[in-house]
Amino acid sequence: MKIGQIKELLDAELLCGEEYLDHDVFSACCSDMMSDVLAYVKDQGVLLTGLVNPQVIRTADMMDMVCIVFVRSKVPTEEMVALAKEFGIVVMKSRYRAYEACGHLYTAGLVPAPEEK
Amino acid sequence: MAENVTFHFDVDGENFTSAGEASVLVKKKLRQLGLSPEVIRRVSIAMYEGEINMVIHADGGTADVTVTDDEVIIVLADRGPGIPDISLAMQEGYSTARDNIRALGFGAGMGLPNMKKYTDSMEIETELGVGTTITMKVSCKDA
Ligand SMILES: Nc1ncnc2c1ncn2[C@@H]1O[C@H](COP(=O)(O)OP(=O)(O)OP(=O)(O)O)[C@@H](O)[C@H]1O
Ligand SMILES: [Mg+2]
Repeated sequence: MKIGQIKELLDAELLCGEEYLDHDVFSACCSDMMSDVLAYVKDQGVLLTGLVNPQVIRTADMMDMVCIVFVRSKVPTEEMVALAKEFGIVVMKSRYRAYEACGHLYTAGLVPAPEEK
Repeated sequence: MAENVTFHFDVDGENFTSAGEASVLVKKKLRQLGLSPEVIRRVSIAMYEGEINMVIHADGGTADVTVTDDEVIIVLADRGPGIPDISLAMQEGYSTARDNIRALGFGAGMGLPNMKKYTDSMEIETELGVGTTITMKVSCKDA
């Protein structure tokens, strides 16, 4: 799925990374616990979260993620967006709640990130 | 590489906002050095978990990273409270983090086991009331 399609499906507002909208992603995960993101997932391209702090962006960078969606219209700070820009990560925000946002992406064929053994 | 490359960072324990900055920089440097993506990923995750631990459990400390031809060595040293029971702390899900830490997205008790998983060796030296030093090594060979 193209990142741009995620934006459409979630009726999301793009905050940075317009140049990457035609990049492909193959899996996603959703969590407010960065501990779990670090521990449980691999090769995940997209992170959906309702947590707002710079560690969300840094965690995504550590995990080589390419797109972060803030759900429930959570607004990241300018610093966070600047950080994401530096890392080449697309950031968007959606009015959908986490469950609904995941449902839309799942239905459209974006599967969960495989768990690491 | 003819000579070893080293990086030193002071990790601020006062300011959670900056937690993880050292790991971000190391990741950037390792990319510049041309290490394999898998090695970079393993080093990044292990160091980041350790760096966050120093901030949330030990009021900060220092991080020293050495890159040799064979391996990446990460030494995280703090003067925090120490770890009373290492084998307990190593268990998945064991955490002393309070709700204020969970609200920040950490404190699932997964960090130390994750650091062990992603590194080829991990040694913990700790003394109560004195501090903790964790040394992790990731081999560059098995890309
Ligand atoms: N540097 C440290 N100094 C003192 N205690 C520590 C340190 N690192 C870890 N601990 C102790 O070990 C426990 C387990 O650490 P671990 O990293 O596995 O989980 P956590 O940090 O609590 O949660 P998570 O890593 O999932 O966010 C911590 O809750 C804390 O009690
Ligand atoms: Mg931890």
